[in-house]
Amino acid sequence: MTDNPFQSWMSKSVPRVEDDRLLQGRGKFLDDIRLDRLLMAAFVRSPVAHAILKKINLDAARALPGVRAVFSYNDLRPLLSLDRIPLALPSGAIRFDVDPPALAHEEICYVGEPIAVVIAETRAIAEDAVALVELEFDPLPVVMDPRDGVDKDAPKARLDCPDNLVARHVLKYGNGEAAFAAAAHRVKDCFRLNKGGGHSMEPRGIVARVDDDDLLTVWDSTQMPHRAKAILVNALGLSEEKVRVIAPDVGGGFGPKAVFHPEELVIPAVALKLRTPVKWAEDRFESFTATVQERVQIWDMEAAFDAEGKLLAIRGQLFHDHGAATPYGVALPYNAATNLIGPYALPAYDLEILMCLTNMVPACPTRGAGRPQGTFVMERLLDRAADELGLAREEIRQRNLIPLEQMPYTIPVIMRDGSTMTYDSGDYPECQRRVLEAAGWSEFDKRRDAARRDGRFLGIGLSNYVEGTGRGPFESASIRVGPSGKIMVSSGATAQGQGVKSMLAQISAGVLGMNPKDVHVVDGDTNATVLGLGAFASRQAVTAGNAIYLATRRVAEKARAMAAHMLEASADDLEIADGNIFVKGVPQLKVTLGDVSKALSGMPGYAIPGGMEPGLEAAVDFQPGPLTYTNGSHVAEVEVDPDTGAVKITRYVVVHDCGRMINPMMVEGQVLGGVVHGIGATLLEWMRYDDQGQPATVTYADYLLPTCDVVPRIEIHHMESPTPLNPLGVKGAAESGTIGAPAVIVSAIEDALRPLKIRIRDLPVTPARLRALIAAAQGKGAAP
Amino acid sequence: MKPVPFDYHVPTSVADAVELLRTLPNARALAGGQSLIPMMNLRAAAPSHLIDLGKIPDLCGVHETASNLRIGAMTTQRSLERSAVVRRHCPLLGEAVDHVGHQQTRNRGTIGGSLCHLDPGAELPVAAAALEMTFTVTGPGGSRTMSFDEFPAGYLTTTLEPDEILTHIDVRKTLPHEGYAFLEFNQRPADFAIVSVAVLLTLDGEQVSQVRVVLGGIDYAPIRLLEAEATLTGNRLDDKAFEAAAAIAAAHPCEGDEVSPPEFRQHLAGVLVRRALRKALERTKVSVNA
Repeated sequence: MTDNPFQSWMSKSVPRVEDDRLLQGRGKFLDDIRLDRLLMAAFVRSPVAHAILKKINLDAARALPGVRAVFSYNDLRPLLSLDRIPLALPSGAIRFDVDPPALAHEEICYVGEPIAVVIAETRAIAEDAVALVELEFDPLPVVMDPRDGVDKDAPKARLDCPDNLVARHVLKYGNGEAAFAAAAHRVKDCFRLNKGGGHSMEPRGIVARVDDDDLLTVWDSTQMPHRAKAILVNALGLSEEKVRVIAPDVGGGFGPKAVFHPEELVIPAVALKLRTPVKWAEDRFESFTATVQERVQIWDMEAAFDAEGKLLAIRGQLFHDHGAATPYGVALPYNAATNLIGPYALPAYDLEILMCLTNMVPACPTRGAGRPQGTFVMERLLDRAADELGLAREEIRQRNLIPLEQMPYTIPVIMRDGSTMTYDSGDYPECQRRVLEAAGWSEFDKRRDAARRDGRFLGIGLSNYVEGTGRGPFESASIRVGPSGKIMVSSGATAQGQGVKSMLAQISAGVLGMNPKDVHVVDGDTNATVLGLGAFASRQAVTAGNAIYLATRRVAEKARAMAAHMLEASADDLEIADGNIFVKGVPQLKVTLGDVSKALSGMPGYAIPGGMEPGLEAAVDFQPGPLTYTNGSHVAEVEVDPDTGAVKITRYVVVHDCGRMINPMMVEGQVLGGVVHGIGATLLEWMRYDDQGQPATVTYADYLLPTCDVVPRIEIHHMESPTPLNPLGVKGAAESGTIGAPAVIVSAIEDALRPLKIRIRDLPVTPARLRALIAAAQGKGAAP
Repeated sequence: MKPVPFDYHVPTSVADAVELLRTLPNARALAGGQSLIPMMNLRAAAPSHLIDLGKIPDLCGVHETASNLRIGAMTTQRSLERSAVVRRHCPLLGEAVDHVGHQQTRNRGTIGGSLCHLDPGAELPVAAAALEMTFTVTGPGGSRTMSFDEFPAGYLTTTLEPDEILTHIDVRKTLPHEGYAFLEFNQRPADFAIVSVAVLLTLDGEQVSQVRVVLGGIDYAPIRLLEAEATLTGNRLDDKAFEAAAAIAAAHPCEGDEVSPPEFRQHLAGVLVRRALRKALERTKVSVNA
């Protein structure tokens, strides 16, 4: 299926077509949208994690000058066709769906849950009015821990659910019992893994406007405008042609903006009622409390090995904190569970996944989407086994990596699209070999010993991982060449800064031999593309990229056929470049793409020449089929200060394989950003709550993101193993960098403190936690 | 978030500013705004009137006298950082200011604003305590001076009256061969300190003739470790002396949170005191203002 699409503009680090506009301040982000008569919204949010809402008094808020309207659930409900927002994603694991209400009433289930909305002339007035709303509660007990929460005696996180076990799934294949019984070595450990949220630079936001002809236009800072439209059509009881959703310039998504939040329904409903445009621009405090996030997973795990260090089986339990609702199904823990397997041959696996409702904002995928946690567990188990068997860490991995000759490699796990989990391509042992070589792994002992003579503690770590990318079922793309010769591309793919426009422009320009700058791309607009899915699961280069590739090929073929007719030449003798179609070797014998388009546009009453179908355009909904697997190997070096628990990453090397690269510069940007997210998750980011469910980290003074002064230079090397699963041979690159980072950094920290035999089980690794482990080890008589 | 409504005033003299603070209800002085404005946006502070001190002449700059530096309260942290006079005659203050926030916040943040805000994790109050700075404040009845130990009143609270303004700070010049060190621990270099330590050290031969050891981040205001100073004074600075001082620092009661629990902060206090003393001792070997 793979052929060679690579022409002049492909596989090159072409500057992004988005950047001139953005760098000159001409971007139009959500809060840049200003409309006549625009009113501003602020939400009344729950100040408690779990309670019965007894009374809500909106009189004082309504009486404040400048306030136009205040809506509680009772005011909003008549505007909606459904009582809850229809978000359920089907899964056999789900025991009951918990769709969130647009505004909470009766029962409040997390701090930050929207209860009412104030619409006022300014955001400041709206906030003043929010402060005047009186709420009365009867407090209820809270569920904060996913392991405690599934205990039969635990209080209920939601009174409207039968219990807290919202979903349960057993991932099982092979004969684990026999493997454990026969194992030469077993290692066992329990991990408590926090992961950070999305923290896009631009928070969420929404503007809704109703025209005189009842068209509802919604600007939504979202990764999935088509899904937003479908939900709005359903929940507002409107017909499809009356709703248009546009994702304007979006300043980062990283997962949370793929989830439809209650505010995205409330604001359009209110705008319909008031018949005046309304804007809500989330502030950072709201991002911390009301935007979906990732939090804790508890993994209780055991691995069995034979005498040579070959994996026989892994078994255990995963307790996943799901938060107070299920707006995005079970994707997050399921990804974590399947990604644990990684690039290793694992003959038997038995994992029980218990997904627990808790009284916190719902947990949903953020960059990496559970995979960093699964990878962390596997890599830690391998390091434990290496210690137990007296093997080097690279050696135990080498013995377990799936060899190239076994690709494609099938694992008996059924994926959510019904396919069997299959690694399509990639050379995992070679990837590890290259990263060890690039990092100077074999000479590290010398560096470590020299540093230790100076009283410095250096360590090195290694991790390998895979990522299933390019999730379907499809993505749309269309291309139209106008009589002007200009090229217009539109797609259901949606950009949040990753360079989607550049990717689409570069592919279609590559096929047509043009400059990507001459391709105009429209994305994220439901009026430009009827069908679309958008941004999630590192998918848009795979899905939309191949869609635009195939569509452009069709346009090129048609242009050639038409030009053959116009030039009286054979189509096989024609070439396309720079907007011209010409006879090979005779460039003066040419027509332009514009000429062809004009001819195909028709003249009143005349036949289209050559008996061709009208128009120079094509549209393809590309269905990628099963996931294509990106892989990578990371090496990190750290310096640990055993007196303070401080960890400094001194070196970071990545070897990355996402198949054929469309634009290596953009791939590197993605990998680098992903690693930085992973560094944050490992050392800094920790969304904390007190035992009553009050968020404790609601500013960036308390919630620490990795800043440039704590991020090392990240060295990236590429392998290119094209996938046979799509014509371009491409795989996703957007999340992959995150996946290997926690495992490799923790391996390096443990290595730096090897004489102390430190075992790190919790993420993030804060200085206090590390210092506590060091102190405990020193207390046992060991000295670093 | 947006602040609650407030009125904004821009006086051009200290007297006018004091009069506004005296007569207007719920008025607050605004210096560089790097703490107060975010607090207002979070509605953690809600003054009805903001009195911007930024347009009052003579509140900025570092002036050198024979034995002192006089620093205007509205001098930005960035200009202290870049001041050759500060580096030469008050290197501890220079080292402390290097740890304050980011360059962007130092461009706006002032020494007076930081001292009056008195965040427990802030660096400048710790340096002020070690250097025993003298504060001059002006109110409706005129000016008065106070020493740093009279300044803190509680968490984020000073002994300034609501209608008083800190106008300038006097700090003695550091002696030749006076050792100094400012160290702090945090997860990222630009953050507030989890624990910070300032040390000043003068030797007479091998013996300590004068030493100041101040801890930040442990209590609501900087703590001068008088017991450690007494233990060190008159003795040689050897490992035993370092350990004794560190033990005193680590014994100071302290509050904490989930990220940095009390016992961790106490442990850090000991580690940093030991390291700061070592560094200050090294520095006694070279003349700071040569």
